Amino acid sequence: MAERLTPMLVGAMSFLAALAIAGALAASSLAGRWAQDSGTALTVQIPQPDNPAAAGGANRLQAVLAILQVAPDVSAVRKLSGDEINALLKPWLGADAGQLALPVPAVISAVWSGGGEPDSLRGALDAAAPGTLAETGVRWAARVAALTGSLQASALAVLVIVAFVASAVISVATHAGLAQRRETIAIVHGLGALDSDIAGRFAVRATVLATAGAIIGTACALPVLFWLATLAAPFSGVLPDEGTAQLPFALWVALPAVPVAAAVIGWMTTQVTVRGWLRRMV
Amino acid sequence: MVRFENVWLKYRHEGEASLASSPDVIRDMSFDIPEGGFRWLTGPSGAGKTSLLKLMYLAEHPSRGRIELLGTNAARVSRREAAMLRRRIGVIYQDFRLLPHLSAYDNVALPMRLARKAEGQVRADVTELLRWVGLSGKLDRRPYELSGGEQQRIAIARAVVGRPKLLLADEPTGNLDEEQAERLMLLITGLNGMGTTVVVATHNLALVDRHPAPRLNLFAGRLVNDG
Repeated sequence: MAERLTPMLVGAMSFLAALAIAGALAASSLAGRWAQDSGTALTVQIPQPDNPAAAGGANRLQAVLAILQVAPDVSAVRKLSGDEINALLKPWLGADAGQLALPVPAVISAVWSGGGEPDSLRGALDAAAPGTLAETGVRWAARVAALTGSLQASALAVLVIVAFVASAVISVATHAGLAQRRETIAIVHGLGALDSDIAGRFAVRATVLATAGAIIGTACALPVLFWLATLAAPFSGVLPDEGTAQLPFALWVALPAVPVAAAVIGWMTTQVTVRGWLRRMV
Repeated sequence: MVRFENVWLKYRHEGEASLASSPDVIRDMSFDIPEGGFRWLTGPSGAGKTSLLKLMYLAEHPSRGRIELLGTNAARVSRREAAMLRRRIGVIYQDFRLLPHLSAYDNVALPMRLARKAEGQVRADVTELLRWVGLSGKLDRRPYELSGGEQQRIAIARAVVGRPKLLLADEPTGNLDEEQAERLMLLITGLNGMGTTVVVATHNLALVDRHPAPRLNLFAGRLVNDG
């Protein structure tokens, strides 16, 4: 009975393992993309952009643009148009934010490649146009990285637990098989069978059952993974072709490892279980 | 060939942490059986005959003392060496211990296959042995399709197919009529004549009288006479 349940239980474990692997890869991929985008984005807001700059001469907007265009680690400096700012404010202020007579700051977007926070740049901008805010996604990127790390650690923990449970299931099934065949094993052992002969017979069977269960479990996970990939497609930055989601290449490489891991766990667990049992027998 | 020196045996039951509370089934036993020797093993039920045989075919380890089998200290062998040693010992069990899902042929062939002998040699030796024990027409029968006496003869063929150096038999005539018992004894004494050391446990004192040989007589786990 326990032996018959082995493929089913290993299949269920493999289903969970496939989801955990996919989750870890997706988190890593999305976080990598988000961290790259937000970590390098520099947004500068200049209140009262048309007022004179602190040093006189040009207005505040021009003074800030002049500093940004020559600042090290800053590139792709671009002032957002009124329409772009309106589009950004639309979710909060409604469809016609431009007609609310609110003092809307000028916004400059740029790419920041300095790594950490641009503290010295902030000082220079504030000196030229007091009240100017320069924000990067560095802190956000660090939080995303921490979240990704946690998700990957959780996925790893799930994989370890799944492997442990699969091993326990195989060990219980092996013990049941050994108890059922105790008399036969005692006879064969008495006739001079090596421990490796007996363990090998059990291990081959357990490996076949575990591998079959894992293949079925992993295959059952595929529709779920495609469904999740469809849901996640808008966040991945890659729109699915004609509504069909694509699984990442790394997942196609990782999924066949599930049955292979199940086979290794099945073979090793059975070898250890049978050899230990034989040692206790004689 | 077989040497017991102050051997004691207690059985460890499942779940017992120590042997301290278990009774001794073999007590301070010492004897020698030379190569090619023959010994009857006698004594009342519960005297320790089967336990003594189990020590000889390495199914049990002594709780104290030293056992030398076929020139090897049985306590010092690895598990692999113990398996190799078992292949040189033939055992005829009281309850036959045939594998019910195997045919007569496959049961007899089992020791040779475990020893990874060539299939051609297996076929020749097994066929010859089954003819020798009078079962050449029943190669494909399962044990449950055979009489007690026929099963006994398969068990004998399996015990000797590997040309053992030591043959142990536990009540081998218990399921046989007198004529079959005599035939079996002729087989066993014939093997002994070819150099195989033999130990036969029996209750059948008439059989012992018809085939005089030294006796290991046991009582309550002790050897009460040797010779």
